[in-house]
Amino acid sequence: MSDHDHQAGSHSGDVGEHRCDDAIAQLQAFLDGELDEATIARIEAHLKQCSPCLEAYDFEAELRKVIAAKLRNDVPGDLRTRLTAVLDRLEAESGTS
Amino acid sequence: MADRSLFSEQATPFIDQLYGAALRMTRNPADAEDLVQETFIRAYRGYEGFQDGTNLRAWLFRILTNTFINSYRAAQRRPEQSELDDVEELYLYRRIGGLEAASLGRSAEDELMDLFTDTQIHDALDALPEQFRLAVLLADVEGFSYKEIAEILGVPIGTVMSRLHRGRRALQKSLYGYARDQGVVRGDPKGAKEPVPGFTEEGRAESTTS
Repeated sequence: MSDHDHQAGSHSGDVGEHRCDDAIAQLQAFLDGELDEATIARIEAHLKQCSPCLEAYDFEAELRKVIAAKLRNDVPGDLRTRLTAVLDRLEAESGTS
Repeated sequence: MADRSLFSEQATPFIDQLYGAALRMTRNPADAEDLVQETFIRAYRGYEGFQDGTNLRAWLFRILTNTFINSYRAAQRRPEQSELDDVEELYLYRRIGGLEAASLGRSAEDELMDLFTDTQIHDALDALPEQFRLAVLLADVEGFSYKEIAEILGVPIGTVMSRLHRGRRALQKSLYGYARDQGVVRGDPKGAKEPVPGFTEEGRAESTTS
């Protein structure tokens, strides 16, 4: 991100623009739990010191929760009954064959 | 080798997840029910080939996905799109981040829950071209790993990552459209210029991949 308001002279260590770019580039994989431990540690260290990146991470994490929650659908009651009947029939067929 | 007589007991707990995914794949409740039933029949018949101790859920989702691709997609006769507009990182956050949490005493998650209706989220996902929709569904709703999704879809992990990345960004762009319609717009987008459709923060003419 180019809009981070970091303190002058902080462009080394765990903050700095390239660290922000790195953190944002890794955001999806981080939330997906697909990063190695060293990368996770590096990003967590950055997030502790960089509130703009932390805010972006939180927003993305919360948005994901909301999307997942809203996409859950109740299974129609008769589908369970129907599937049970189908499986019973298949079991009966395989038992007699 | 799995014992077929145990199939019902083992597979029944996954009905909810399979139906939810089937509904997002077919976008039609009646087709979704048929798809889950067909998946159960195929899984039952193939259950002896399932290796005990491996991931039954991923195995069932692979059958569901293959059944959908082979049977229902053809029947739906939808043109298969494979392209999506390029959308910048943090598209939604840069436009509504912070605004959604403007009310005191409420979490950002609660605000986002209220900002978007179930229908809007469904429509935004349904609008994605199939290959992106399946990847986002399997990752963000079903919680499968990149490796599992690669196995379910039969594509390389790099392809999964690319589809997820682009699918999620396109989804955010759709959601922004709903937020904008509701008047939730940041006057000064974070790191982005005034949110004009078609603009990226780096400039209008950007067509290179980021």
